Amino acid sequence: MEIRRHGDCIEISELDPFLAELLRQVPESTNAQGVEGAQERLFSSPAAESEREICAEWKLYVEPELRRLFETATQTVACDLQQLNGSTKPFANCTLRIPARNSDAWLNALNQARLVIAAKYNFSEADLCDHYRSPIGSRRDLGLFQVNFYGFLQEFILHELEKG
Amino acid sequence: MHSPLKLSVESPVVEKETRAAEEHDLPWQVVVHNDPVNLMSYVTMVFQKVFGYTRELAERHMLEVHHQGRSILWCGMRERAELYVQQLHGYLLLATLERTN
Repeated sequence: MEIRRHGDCIEISELDPFLAELLRQVPESTNAQGVEGAQERLFSSPAAESEREICAEWKLYVEPELRRLFETATQTVACDLQQLNGSTKPFANCTLRIPARNSDAWLNALNQARLVIAAKYNFSEADLCDHYRSPIGSRRDLGLFQVNFYGFLQEFILHELEKG
Repeated sequence: MHSPLKLSVESPVVEKETRAAEEHDLPWQVVVHNDPVNLMSYVTMVFQKVFGYTRELAERHMLEVHHQGRSILWCGMRERAELYVQQLHGYLLLATLERTN
């Protein structure tokens, strides 16, 4: 896989089918429904429980806005990912071009996905820092790889944004 | 005949509203808490974007969150503090609004 800035796009080329599939799973991975702890993490409390008025107003007015913001980011990413569906050869490497204007949406959706997966498998700080883990042998290992891969993409996008 | 004293006694609502407004104006602080998933570089970028901090200051707060578990990012009126917390939640950071002691 190669990743570089190409004009107004971030180009991820030589994507093998496995990594392409992980990218295709970004939108689905942001879905926190049925994942214990994920909803609470995405929509965390704005104040201590004793601040009832603040918490109640937040649920009523702010949470729906946040939900819309997260959904919009996910939809933008899903649209960009449609490029990966065009290949006629099923096992060929492919290229994804992310328009720079969609960088914020990608950062957001990747973060949602990382938080939901981490909640799903209850990853600890030690799990997330273990970069020398043995090859993928379970769904949980795959989840950890996904979190790290999405983190790598976030790092690259941030680096490109910094350069302007 | 209207008596000012009588008026103030008959309008307890005014007193209540004043107290509520004073409470509203007490300084509040925006606190960001540590979480193991968000990347350090991402958190730094968010602090720069939301608070307009320099990279150096944003990094200092990020490291405080990382090592101390929390950092106070801003202190002031409640409405503005709420707005900051909302923005931080939009970036999926663990942020809360707290009354200053």
